[in-house]
Amino acid sequence: MNIPFTKHTLANGLDVLVHEDHGVPIVAVNVWYHVGSKNEVPGRTGFAHLFEHLMFEGSQHYDKGYFHPLQEAGASLNGSTNADRTNYWEVVPTNALELALWMESDRMGYLLPALTDAKFENQRDVVLNERRQNYENRPYGLAGMAIVSALYPEDHPYHWLTIGAAADLHAARLEDVRAFFQMYYHPGNASLALAGDIDVSTALALADIYFSEIPGAPPPGPVRVTRPASAADEIRLVLEDRVELPRLYMAWHSPALFSEGDAELDLVGDLLANGKTSRLYRALVYEQRIATEVAASQNSRELGSFFQVVATAAPGRTLGEVDRAIMREIAALVEKGPTEAELERCLAQAEAHFIFRLQTVGGFGGKSDQLNAYNTFLGDPGFFERDLQRYRGASAEVLRQEAARYLVGNRRVVLSVVPRGRLALALDASQPVGVS
Amino acid sequence: MRRADRTRLPSRGREKPFTFPEIRRRTLASGLRICTVEHRQVPLVSALLLVPAGAAADPQDRPGLAAITADMLDEGCGDRSALDVHEALGRIGAQLDTDVGHDATVIGLTTLERSLDKGLELVADMVMRPRFEQREFDRVRDLRLHRLLQLRDMPPALADRVFAQLLYRNHPYGHLPIGSEGSLRAMTVREIAGFHRRTFSPTRSTLIAVGDASHDALATAAERAFGGWQPPADGDAPPDPETFTAPAPPTNRLAIVHRSAAAQSELRIGHVALARRTPDYHAALVLNMVLGGQFVSRINMNLREEKGYTYGARTAFEFRRAPGPFVLQASVQSEATADAVREALAEMRAIRTDRPVTREELELGRAALTRGYPRNFETADHIARAAAQLALYDLPDDYFTTFVPKMLALDEAAITRAAEAHIDPSRLITVIVGDREKLSPSLAALELGDASEVAVG
Repeated sequence: MNIPFTKHTLANGLDVLVHEDHGVPIVAVNVWYHVGSKNEVPGRTGFAHLFEHLMFEGSQHYDKGYFHPLQEAGASLNGSTNADRTNYWEVVPTNALELALWMESDRMGYLLPALTDAKFENQRDVVLNERRQNYENRPYGLAGMAIVSALYPEDHPYHWLTIGAAADLHAARLEDVRAFFQMYYHPGNASLALAGDIDVSTALALADIYFSEIPGAPPPGPVRVTRPASAADEIRLVLEDRVELPRLYMAWHSPALFSEGDAELDLVGDLLANGKTSRLYRALVYEQRIATEVAASQNSRELGSFFQVVATAAPGRTLGEVDRAIMREIAALVEKGPTEAELERCLAQAEAHFIFRLQTVGGFGGKSDQLNAYNTFLGDPGFFERDLQRYRGASAEVLRQEAARYLVGNRRVVLSVVPRGRLALALDASQPVGVS
Repeated sequence: MRRADRTRLPSRGREKPFTFPEIRRRTLASGLRICTVEHRQVPLVSALLLVPAGAAADPQDRPGLAAITADMLDEGCGDRSALDVHEALGRIGAQLDTDVGHDATVIGLTTLERSLDKGLELVADMVMRPRFEQREFDRVRDLRLHRLLQLRDMPPALADRVFAQLLYRNHPYGHLPIGSEGSLRAMTVREIAGFHRRTFSPTRSTLIAVGDASHDALATAAERAFGGWQPPADGDAPPDPETFTAPAPPTNRLAIVHRSAAAQSELRIGHVALARRTPDYHAALVLNMVLGGQFVSRINMNLREEKGYTYGARTAFEFRRAPGPFVLQASVQSEATADAVREALAEMRAIRTDRPVTREELELGRAALTRGYPRNFETADHIARAAAQLALYDLPDDYFTTFVPKMLALDEAAITRAAEAHIDPSRLITVIVGDREKLSPSLAALELGDASEVAVG
């Protein structure tokens, strides 16, 4: 099982990946830039994402909003920024492929001449609204910020979330945009994937026509981490929020994306909280009924991941009870490991998920996005099959060992989110934390 | 080698034809309709069981009954406990997805083709032999009550609920599928079993199976699983929403749900509009795309790209069996709330009066629906959900093949007529979830009359 592809690197350093799938007359165009919020500096957080917004506002040869001509051609399009990368995609009817390539190449090569203060100010407002809508005005919306700022030291590139601090967004300047573009937005730091109703030779010829004229530059190089991000002791925090039910977040440092232990912890997350028969759901929600919901996930990232468990207390139940129940289940897993039946179920689910991922050519998580992910992080677009092997190869004993190595009780960040004015509902000895 | 011509955008090439895949039908002796579509790209099958009873079938005093009934199906059935059901689904890596809307309950299963029989057998067991045990019901009801509690802090959920209540009141569309606290507390397992008996019947249901197998193999698998499903003896089906009387327009045109120090205002603006089977369906779709259905629509360009009031604003006609709402949704900066409402109302007025849809807007608006049409049918699940629409709304078999031609036959005048007929500024109501203190002074200038204050709860 894999995503068959052809890879060709243009002279300017742009990787071009092509995957044929003639199921529907559409082509996915997908561009990754290897830059995210981890490339930001303290005081200018949120910038990579604000920059992403500007990429839709016009370029030198088409100095108007990018949505109009693409939606007029029947395309869907979007982009997103996370800590490690920024992606842009269009899914176009086959006959509009050149339009999408023209536009993606124009903003890769010629964004700056079209940049104005008015666009910058407008998109800053839009992003501040996005922040208010999705973080400040959403229950538990600020918990993620509290977690990463406690997990990582202040100068660590994962200390802040991609949306950034409101004050930093206000502080951003137009000159910053130019410097950022020159450093990160060029063919040497990008990867282009085309997937769908197209043949390889046409795809490569078109990529060459539109992208090879853009000057290359060497990739900016990896982000250096000056201080390691290891929590030596447990950190207990409490955040007051406009919520009805207290919720507990706990996070541990865990192996980086694609490194040893990463897939295993992903499976541990499934064992703990994927489905009604998972250990935490069954114990906390189904049997003891002390929580209304529980989730566990390995948040895989380039410089280092974190494993997180989140549970909301049922009315009348305490976060202390919830904490003890979670830690009891983790301790049991660390001691005895999963049963063979549990492992079989998790592997069956993991394998099915790999197949589900083969259904769409474009958009977030589609085949073009996956080719670019593997190429950007590993230099190997064909990693799909080996990625699946990482899961298939996991044994009960290895899962036990990885859980034992990383999910250590006293090396975690624990955050209690409690209703305003109800600090007493937090775990004992939690320090109030201010996030906004 | 050819070089990029940056003096103009490249023109589009010749359009490639797209044909919706063939749907084959058969009806089992029990009356269950089976639709199959072959989709051989990936070794998966998506199956949907459509039961045409949703939240609108809730008894007047039991909002939430349809939703909790559907929720209880996988909480034990036949010889299986709740955990057994999920262990069995997990072991084949299948995904179960139950959705209760206003008009229908849809139980969806996506599974590897090789596990199709097992997956369908599990769904059939849930649908035909649910246990509805008291112990499981108590737990599921508690979870729903807790969910209701949490929704009180979610501005979008609050806004949706208040909007539906104001628009429809005692009409069956006047509540959200999750129901209310009082109703959930009063509910009994007997009521759930009774609702299930009345509504889950093979004679009214449709099973759609799409995926990597032949029509015959898909239909045979469906028949193996559901062949034994018998219609209930006391089959008094719930009334069809199509037969409901339309609600009278509300008297108050503005409602505020107060949230002190809210970071933004959550907005809903709209009125009762169109049923799915309206002859103006295609025109209304295009009208919506011009007005507020996509990024480049008038309202988003105005509120987001020109004014910077919001991260995004969208409108939609929610087509149902009976007339559903036309609604604008946005979360806007608190300080700009009155301005955002004024601009949105102005756009809704202008499109039917002094700024009718232009030729360019018509082309742009319908492009997403016509040129982008094939995108909607990429996966087995997409196709199955499209086929389910035919069954739910009694649409003709040629619906998909006539869609694009019907869209292309529309002109600007048809869209303007649709705007005049189906957007009525005098009936628009506005719901705002936000900080009353910050809003009140500027809202007065909108002249929407007194705001009714809606308590959270």
